[in-house]
Amino acid sequence: MPNKKKPSSLSRRQFIKGVSTGVAGTIATTKLARALPIEKLEKAAPPEGHLPLELKVNGKPYQLYVEPQTTLVEVLRNELQLTGTKVSCNHGECGACTVLLDGKAVYSCHILALDAQGKSVTTIEGLLNGEELHPIQKAFIKKDGYQCGFCTPGQIMSTQALLLKNPNPTKEEILDGLSGNLCRCGAYPKIIESVEEAAKVK
Amino acid sequence: MSSKTIHQSAYKHVSGASVYVDDIPVHNQLLHGYVLYSPHAHAAIRSLKTEKAANMPGVAAVLSAKDIPGINQMGPIVHDEPCLAEDEVHFVGQAICLIAAETEERARQAAATIEIDFEELPAVLSLKQAMAVQSLMGPERKIERGQVQQALKEAPLRLNGSFESGAQEHWYLETQTALCLPGEDREYMVYSSTQHPSETQAVVSEVLGIPRHAVTVEIRRMGGAFGGKETQANHVAAWAALLSNATRRPVKLRLFRDDDQIMTGKRHPFYIRYEVGFDEQGRILALDVEQNANGGSATDLSFAILERAMFHADNAYYIPNMRVIGRVWKTNLPSNTAFRGFGGPQGIVAMENIIDRIARQLSLDPLEVRRINFYDMYKRDTTHYGQKIKQNHLPAMYKQLTASADYFERRKLVEAFNTQHEFVKRGLACTPVKFGISFTTAFLNQAGALVHVYQDGTVQVNHGGTEMGQGLHTKMRQIAAAELGVDQDRILITPTNTSKVPNTSATAASTGSDLNGMAVKNAVDKLKFRMAYQVTEYFNQMDEQNYTLSKHIMFKNNKVFDATNPDRTISFEKAAQICYFNQIPLSATGFYKTPDIYFDRETGQGTPFHYFAYGMAVSEVEIDLLTGQHTLLRTDILHDVGDSVNPDLDIGQIQGAFVQGAGWCTMEECKWDESGHLLTHSPDTYKIPGIHDIPRDFRVQLLQKAPNEGTIRQSKAVGEPPFMHGLSVWFAIKDAISSIDGHKREPELGFPATNEAIVMAAKQFLD
Ligand code: FES
Ligand code: FES
Repeated sequence: MPNKKKPSSLSRRQFIKGVSTGVAGTIATTKLARALPIEKLEKAAPPEGHLPLELKVNGKPYQLYVEPQTTLVEVLRNELQLTGTKVSCNHGECGACTVLLDGKAVYSCHILALDAQGKSVTTIEGLLNGEELHPIQKAFIKKDGYQCGFCTPGQIMSTQALLLKNPNPTKEEILDGLSGNLCRCGAYPKIIESVEEAAKVK
Repeated sequence: MSSKTIHQSAYKHVSGASVYVDDIPVHNQLLHGYVLYSPHAHAAIRSLKTEKAANMPGVAAVLSAKDIPGINQMGPIVHDEPCLAEDEVHFVGQAICLIAAETEERARQAAATIEIDFEELPAVLSLKQAMAVQSLMGPERKIERGQVQQALKEAPLRLNGSFESGAQEHWYLETQTALCLPGEDREYMVYSSTQHPSETQAVVSEVLGIPRHAVTVEIRRMGGAFGGKETQANHVAAWAALLSNATRRPVKLRLFRDDDQIMTGKRHPFYIRYEVGFDEQGRILALDVEQNANGGSATDLSFAILERAMFHADNAYYIPNMRVIGRVWKTNLPSNTAFRGFGGPQGIVAMENIIDRIARQLSLDPLEVRRINFYDMYKRDTTHYGQKIKQNHLPAMYKQLTASADYFERRKLVEAFNTQHEFVKRGLACTPVKFGISFTTAFLNQAGALVHVYQDGTVQVNHGGTEMGQGLHTKMRQIAAAELGVDQDRILITPTNTSKVPNTSATAASTGSDLNGMAVKNAVDKLKFRMAYQVTEYFNQMDEQNYTLSKHIMFKNNKVFDATNPDRTISFEKAAQICYFNQIPLSATGFYKTPDIYFDRETGQGTPFHYFAYGMAVSEVEIDLLTGQHTLLRTDILHDVGDSVNPDLDIGQIQGAFVQGAGWCTMEECKWDESGHLLTHSPDTYKIPGIHDIPRDFRVQLLQKAPNEGTIRQSKAVGEPPFMHGLSVWFAIKDAISSIDGHKREPELGFPATNEAIVMAAKQFLD
């Protein structure tokens, strides 16, 4: 999985601990909210242990306070209610949480929200144009590129990253581009057909 | 019935709008649940101190066994599975305490402060250890036909041996999740990622000590299940409900991936011993098989799983004298549970290996030994448990697939390749499957539906089956639309809910669309009967000269009309309105039970299956003898789904089942350390197939013109049977290894055939 951001030798816990002690000392024990919308906080000082975060999600700017150990997917799902991005392993291993960060596919469970500071995030919801599906989404419908659907948002985001980089991938390049996304339903043959279809219509 | 139909959730799946339990919006009262589980495989609990955790800010409840208001039980059939451990723990991962807190993180921090004093006790951690200490889960089972001992003695040739198959982790992408909302009095609404809402309801009501009518369980869809959410989803739902009951707040409990892998049961490992007698052509004369299943710490569904393994000990072959003995052994591991195939794969793989060994001993192509042992159309057509096989497609499928896959030509090419390559070998194998469809516990073969027609001509359909990715709701919508003669977009399938259709069976045993499809049809038939009568009256009042008969009323293209007099046509919604104004109910329940199936456990004889589904697969692999890596070059599958309700969905199921089966055979390996801790509890240590692991060339065909008698739209179940096609990969790998010395010796290939196992097996020949 060439374009997935993943710290190499650190486990997620070590990784996060390293960051959080470096930045904030102790994790807030009285303030339990992990992230709060800025409007609620403008008047007050930032909650203890929280840091400001500015990022763009699906073209819309957001300002929040987050604890340093908050992951990007936690912000997306819990704060912004963008539940199309799924969490399965929370380990940077399965790809269910794949989103685009400045156009590159990343595992949003495996990246701290603060690492998205000032960047632009695209989620599955952001591929739509109003109610109109993106050509990749249409291709997945046409070729039945899903069964239970739980891995599907991640598969589609990896496809988007692949096709942005390489609009005419070979079969081998498709396999490589989607190798970081597991599908336990084994819908792979139809996922491959969906990507081929998407590349064709683009 | 086979035009392209868009999946019921297509738009939502691709746009991220599909709602799984973890995505349900909840107001700000939500608490997060967490489970503290046993770190020991077997230990006594001397003391348990939870005060610190309970007093932490942000913690709403800390519960242990003594806080359970109802019965401390969640065993689905046998009550041998406590909801929370009392004074002993029986496996690593057994739940001891439940915590509800404002955040997941706080709940975990609280759990870390709980002090438990354990006294470790001796544990039984493997099947062989359990057999050595006679740790039986229950009485042994037996199915027998003919004179096995005598026939073995008289057989010209004999072999004996054993076969071991390992555990398999479900690895549904969506981990076990439940959300419980308290209602008025002691009513609870439970959103549970469960394959069996009625049982989840029963378990929740039992642990809370409240009647079932106070508990509603709902599931719209699961993010995969594969059997893993047939009974073990009940656990998470019961825990969430206990926390919700204690706090009077909504509680969500979602197992973290590693916890899910550590806490929940897997496919049963089997250890099978056998003795087989056969003649010089390879025809089997007698078989004595003993199946031993690792049940884990509690009964769960183990005996039903064992029973299916015993029913499938013959796979596709007629064996005149046969005895199968089955035992479930108790170990200090999480209770093993349903997993696609439900014991069938374990029974079948052992039989296939017996065939393979016979072939090697006789220097025959294993496919030839398979062919001559297939059930026949007329004489050799009764299974060891006495069921007569009707509509046997095996011989025809053999002809079709060996031709379309070019089996015999490729066999020559493979052998030629192998003579030219020393450290890279190719292997080819063709394996069949015959799989019995029905719950083997006869009374479970029932289903219900509830269909409402509204005055605007739209229809709501609810049925007892659950959607886990198999496309059941899509098929039910197709069936309802076809039977009512309306467009599919008029039909809305609502979430599975115990208050709409009560007392349902699990969506399992591949029976989902067979049973629920018939129940939906039954409800639709009732509505059509009522509507036809009203429409007849309406036509006849308009013009009394021309008489319409109710039996001539047809429903088609969103219209209701007199088939003998097309002038008499009204829209479907008009027909609905006529019924409404005539005070006729536009709502009906449907019910179905599978006819004529029974099995007598005492005698081991009966007709437990409504029918069989058949299939056959050819796989070709290339292996590197030095690294043990294998490449799946090509797989051809021919599979029987009767007259397919939805070929796209069925082909997807076949492909997916194959991939999962091949995973079990080649890479998925659960390992425990010597104290019973699962070592492979995350995706970095437990490998499931990825996109690179599917065959380079993958061809799946449905058997054509094979309508099935007596099922919904003459279709067949598809969920489990194609799992067995994955076995062709393991046998192809074995074939490649055995080519090293010209197929004379039997390779000792481990199961699964991991790189390591392949290297080890090849080493025997190379040294
Ligand atoms: S959930 Fe992020 S990679 Fe699995
Ligand atoms: S569709 Fe179910 S995991 Fe991919």
